[in-house]
Amino acid sequence: MEHLDSYEEPVGNPNRAKFIFGGLVILAAVVYLIISSTRAGAQYFFTVDELMARGENAVGTRAKISGAVIGETIDYDAESLTLRFTVAHVPADNDLLEDEGGLAIALHQAVTDPNRKRMEVVYYGVMPDLLQNEAQAIMTGELGENGVFVADELLLKCPTRYDEALPEQSEG
Amino acid sequence: MVDTLVNFGLGALVLTFVVSLYGIGAAVLGYLRKQDNLLESARHAMLLTFPLLTISVTMIVILLLQNHFEVSYVSQVTSRSMPAYLKVTALWGGQPGSLLFWSWLMAIFSTMVALRDWSRDREFMPWVIIVVLVTLTFFLVLTVFFENPFARLWAVQNAMGGEVVESLFRPAGATLFAPQDGQGLNPLLRHPGMLIHPPMQYLGFVSFVIPYAFAIAALITGRTDTRWIRITRKWTLWAWLFLSLGLVLGMRWAYDVLGWGGYWGWDPVENAALMPWLTATPFLHSVMIQEKRGQLKRWNMILVILTYDLILFGTFLVRSGVLSSVHAFAASPIGPLFFGFIALTFGVSVYLLTQRWDALHTDTQMTSWFSREAFFLLNNLFFVAILVIVFVGVTYPITTEALGFVGEAFPSVSHIFTGQKVTVGADWYERATGPFWAALIFLMGVCPLTAWRISTMKSLGRNIWKPTAVSFVVPVVLVAVGMRNWLGVFAFWLTALVTAVTVYEFYKGAAARSRRNQTNFFVELWKLIGRNRRRYGGYMIHFGIVLMALGVIGIEMFQTQTQATIGLGESATLGEYDITYDSLAEFDTADNRNVARAVVSVYKDGDRVGELYPRRDFFYESRQPMTIPGVRSTLGDDFYIILVDWQPISTQRATFKLYHNPLVNWLWIGSFVLIFGTLVAAWPERENEAVRTAAHETRAAVTG
Repeated sequence: MEHLDSYEEPVGNPNRAKFIFGGLVILAAVVYLIISSTRAGAQYFFTVDELMARGENAVGTRAKISGAVIGETIDYDAESLTLRFTVAHVPADNDLLEDEGGLAIALHQAVTDPNRKRMEVVYYGVMPDLLQNEAQAIMTGELGENGVFVADELLLKCPTRYDEALPEQSEG
Repeated sequence: MVDTLVNFGLGALVLTFVVSLYGIGAAVLGYLRKQDNLLESARHAMLLTFPLLTISVTMIVILLLQNHFEVSYVSQVTSRSMPAYLKVTALWGGQPGSLLFWSWLMAIFSTMVALRDWSRDREFMPWVIIVVLVTLTFFLVLTVFFENPFARLWAVQNAMGGEVVESLFRPAGATLFAPQDGQGLNPLLRHPGMLIHPPMQYLGFVSFVIPYAFAIAALITGRTDTRWIRITRKWTLWAWLFLSLGLVLGMRWAYDVLGWGGYWGWDPVENAALMPWLTATPFLHSVMIQEKRGQLKRWNMILVILTYDLILFGTFLVRSGVLSSVHAFAASPIGPLFFGFIALTFGVSVYLLTQRWDALHTDTQMTSWFSREAFFLLNNLFFVAILVIVFVGVTYPITTEALGFVGEAFPSVSHIFTGQKVTVGADWYERATGPFWAALIFLMGVCPLTAWRISTMKSLGRNIWKPTAVSFVVPVVLVAVGMRNWLGVFAFWLTALVTAVTVYEFYKGAAARSRRNQTNFFVELWKLIGRNRRRYGGYMIHFGIVLMALGVIGIEMFQTQTQATIGLGESATLGEYDITYDSLAEFDTADNRNVARAVVSVYKDGDRVGELYPRRDFFYESRQPMTIPGVRSTLGDDFYIILVDWQPISTQRATFKLYHNPLVNWLWIGSFVLIFGTLVAAWPERENEAVRTAAHETRAAVTG
């Protein structure tokens, strides 16, 4: 059993007000921490089109951008760990992607369509393993005044090549 | 051969689905007509789920092992060159297989529940069967009708020429199509941690269905005493252990494989696994208050319902493609189904809870805010606060987009509610949850010293001054040796305080017994732990958490890094470490990889302490490279090197990224202590409950 000493008689009435007050303090702390952290670290999620549409206003805003990597533009300088590449606009909406026939096909179209809006990206750091033509890049950073997006975080997704590979195999 | 395996596996899978449906029906009917034989039949149906699904899983594993690429799933996740153990783990390497695996683990628990002794809890039985089987059936629906791992590839001739389609059954005029080789398992998943991380995570998920089922049974039957909690106490502990292990193994995998020098990135999928843990942990604590003081009954119900639905929500997040994440599966039609099922179970649970709201009144009042139960409540609120923050963070992109209409309706706030998707990163989570984690660790230190019902400052002071005094040695020493990171000093003091209190608790208990009985201190320590396993197991878990916190503090606050491009024989420096680049070799391996492996000598304070081999594997099948760091681990720190780039022809110069991660190994050591503590608390009692009750009665008779 619990053997802690100093047992005193309960003090009668429960201090309901104290508990409610305590709960409110915690709630206030949660709200405060969410709001203050959001001011410090929230990022807008834009497509390339949306970012370009904002023009000058977008410069300096923390943003997360999704785009299709154009393979031939990838340029990596390992000495200075500077990675440059260009991405083409892809829709962010899952439904729109489905309409285009899935992510893999949407990315392929984005890269091959010369009329798509494009954006240059620079990233300082290790070149990610998955960076390749028609990969989806999710970049966090901000747009510089020269129109180049400076990313400090780079995530890549490669859709499986399975669906595209099948017809080739079946012909053979 | 393939046909036989597929037919057997698919047959068993469909049969499980039918049997589960039958079990639900029989349990409902049996309850309505008060027919025990129908209920017994429902229990037998539940008993069958595990053996049946085992057949199904065995068949898919054989298909995987024997390279039957005619089966679409097999061709997606394996290839000829993969070793056998990886082919087995490919069972959970893709969506359809992992759903079947989930169902199979769920069936283990269904069968275990069916086998328990129901004599004292007959009235719970129909409802437990219904809840467990409805959950299992939901996953079986997904597996059978939407993501079936037994679907095969068929070559069809049509007007357009040849085409390959995926189908469960033979389309008219089609022949089975077998690709030459499969695509192979995603290289990122080819890690020993991946052998056990998903099974542990899933086990943690599915085992929580059992406490939830008993809670719902208690709500429906109105038997709202502590019986359901006593039955599920051990289940909950095991479930919590699996959840925790899943999280830790995931961290270890990220640390070893993702090659960024960290272990936790607040990725949506990581958060999805963390959220149920954030309700399960306070649940473990608050049920003790219900057992001891008859309080917080409603709160416990809320926590167990939340845990269950957060588990579904987590599985939904991973599978639906709603949020972009490194390890999310591709978008899939099962998203809306998941959403519907979560809404349904949550709605029904909340409805039942409101029906029993008044019956769940507290037996005793909380007498003081300065008591152990009040501190437990505070601990609960802190956990839930973290949960709220993480939930807000995970759903930020969805809510900010959805709330755009507010801005449109009220132009005065349109700058806040723009309808533009907003996401938050790791910084946001660390900043917002940090204070609550620190507060939780502080409570871990103070709580064991408070008394039930009411404590006084005086009694707390008497208990706490010795360990507190000892704990202050740590910050004093740290400052004396020159540490000026005040947040770090504070964090180390917190861990020292909890350690001192925990050790003191063990010492005090054993020393008192040893004085009283005039026996050996260590013998008494052993007996003390044996007699109060839940309590002292809990303290061991606390100690494990503190050790893990040490690792987190080390890597979060004191990590240093640098990068360098150096030629052969040249050096780079990070803190007290120097490396020299000795050589680099590129070669092909038998399992279709091209490996670039650098040899690097590591010097600490000028002394050569070893060699590291950071490397980069290129997988030909998936045309995907993978970075494998070279790590030198000691109790004090990890020295972690990544091979970033090299000149392929001359191999004269290479770029390395170096990380120094102080104390990070305590994160893994602490997790072993945590496992050990949970085992101490959860290991089945030797004497069974009936015997002990009898003993109690005898003693009561003697004293009375």
